[in-house]
Amino acid sequence: MSNPPLLELICPAGSLPALKAAVDHGADGVYLGLKDNTNARNFSGLNFDAKSLADGIRYAQAKRRKVLMALNTYPQPATLPRWHKAVDTAASLGVDAIILADPGLMAYARKTHPQLRLHLSVQGSATSYEAVNFYRERFGIQRAVLPRVLSLAQVENVIANTDAEIELFGFGGLCVMVEGRCLLSSYACGDSPNTFGACSPGHAVRWEQTPMGMETRLNGVLIDRYADHEKAGYPTLCKGRFEVQGETYYALEEPTSLNSMEMLPEMARLGIAAIKIEGRQRSPAYVAEVTKVWRAAIDAVKKDRLTFKTQPAWSAALAKVSEGSMNTLGAYYRPWK
Amino acid sequence: MKLSLGPLLYYWSREDTLAFYEQAAAWPLDIVYLGETVCSRRHLLRLPDYLDLAEKLSAAGKEVVLSSQTLIESESDLKALRKLIADGLESGKRPMVEANEWGAVRLLAQAGQPFVAGPTLNTYNPDTLAMLVEMGASRWVPPVEMPREMIQQMLAALPESIALETELFGYGRLPLAFSARCFTARHYNLQKDDCQFRCLDHPDGLVLASREGENFLAINGIQTQSSKVMSLAHRFDELQPAGIDVLRLSPQARNMERVVATFRALADGDIAPAQAPAQLDRFMPAPPCDGYWLGEAGMAYHPAS
Repeated sequence: MSNPPLLELICPAGSLPALKAAVDHGADGVYLGLKDNTNARNFSGLNFDAKSLADGIRYAQAKRRKVLMALNTYPQPATLPRWHKAVDTAASLGVDAIILADPGLMAYARKTHPQLRLHLSVQGSATSYEAVNFYRERFGIQRAVLPRVLSLAQVENVIANTDAEIELFGFGGLCVMVEGRCLLSSYACGDSPNTFGACSPGHAVRWEQTPMGMETRLNGVLIDRYADHEKAGYPTLCKGRFEVQGETYYALEEPTSLNSMEMLPEMARLGIAAIKIEGRQRSPAYVAEVTKVWRAAIDAVKKDRLTFKTQPAWSAALAKVSEGSMNTLGAYYRPWK
Repeated sequence: MKLSLGPLLYYWSREDTLAFYEQAAAWPLDIVYLGETVCSRRHLLRLPDYLDLAEKLSAAGKEVVLSSQTLIESESDLKALRKLIADGLESGKRPMVEANEWGAVRLLAQAGQPFVAGPTLNTYNPDTLAMLVEMGASRWVPPVEMPREMIQQMLAALPESIALETELFGYGRLPLAFSARCFTARHYNLQKDDCQFRCLDHPDGLVLASREGENFLAINGIQTQSSKVMSLAHRFDELQPAGIDVLRLSPQARNMERVVATFRALADGDIAPAQAPAQLDRFMPAPPCDGYWLGEAGMAYHPAS
């Protein structure tokens, strides 16, 4: 048997150019989805059709990189055949694994394509080893992506009690809610990540310049209002400013993004199989830059985890592409919670 | 149509909680769910307290179900879950468990115990539902966002031989999201680990409004709820044809008795659905919504025509 994977760098591919950027800049694998609601980044202009998918798989696998296909929304009765077909497509094109959240779909994949490698998506909301082991025993999942809610000590406990590989998010946008357990978007506008594959979808968004400032709305609900000197952000529902008991603030979450790079030595010690970079909605240039920096960081920590230090040049490069937004260690760092 | 009292989603004082269930024993309910499903730091009632309550409620003729924690993070959360399952089920008299994440499903199936498949299992298609039944589910609660039409499609796709009850979240602020972070503690600039149990001050949650004063959500510790109260009272006659066997009423701090009485009157045919909103109105902590049932934004509301 080969050694278990350690800190594979898994990068987002929202398009063929982004896939090539990730592969060219050192990703061990890319993850991608189809142009519909079978994956959780169902935004117009993103994702792959049959041709670009085949091209992408060929490009990556020729360089011995992996292609993981996300089919990580929840199939519904009327459209279940679409998800089955997507699993069949993934298997026939030879992706290296599919990333699933729904147990029914896992059962289908297991039965129809027993050789196809299965990963449990973060959208499966498995936060304990009992949950991870449910999918492991029942469907033979090889890897679980943990929701961004556990501290590293809690992650360590999961690892100690399962033989599934564990993948963690390393960098990018941060859901403050447990993935797969958030219906805020469908409450406001009818479409949720679970069923529609997108949160705060574009069709429900309105931007309007008013005398009081730039207003962003989701299906009519005012998510935020920006003064002239403020940079208006996309109205992701949980990242707006709201009023609670007379105080207006980011009541759920500051618009920060996750950066866990300084925890890489600890992640290496724990034997984390892979680090996932968020951002299939990002440009190829973004993917290239972030992949390059994380490749260097992971190579450095693998070489010597005890002397590893985040290089100022890496931080500067990441800050530049993150457009100066604030970073957080998220739940990996206990006091955040 | 059976009526159930859902698990208490808020954190009330021990006295208030015990008094609430003492009264509930006399309410015209068929099923009562007990247990902490939101935050593992809430400890004013522990498992022995819930088992005591279960006994009293059973004696009053109620079916009792113990609800499991939705977000399991630590080994001590798992310990509590295992205890809930073992202590809850070691004899035939003990209550069933509602599984609210898949770790609980695994443990219940291993124990060979029937269970209720809770609303946060994300049961969105008949394949997953059939699997739950095979593992021991005797009742399921669809995700709160699932529309009527989809529930009907789910049930139509199941083999007829399957005996399964469908329970719908039919009244109360909708539990919409769970987080590792505590938004109540955040509001008070406290760390979650030192939250001083501020949830105790907000027995129906803490309302979050947009910057133009529109009430939107309600903060309940690590849970985010709708500000509006989901109510299907005015659509009560649509429930049974859609395959709903049990309607879940979610506890609120005041006037719950009147809410239960109104739904009982609906179930018994003593009042018409069209009359219900006027009766319920003054007992609700916020205006109603019913959008999810109709396949729309959850916050939408359409008075029945």
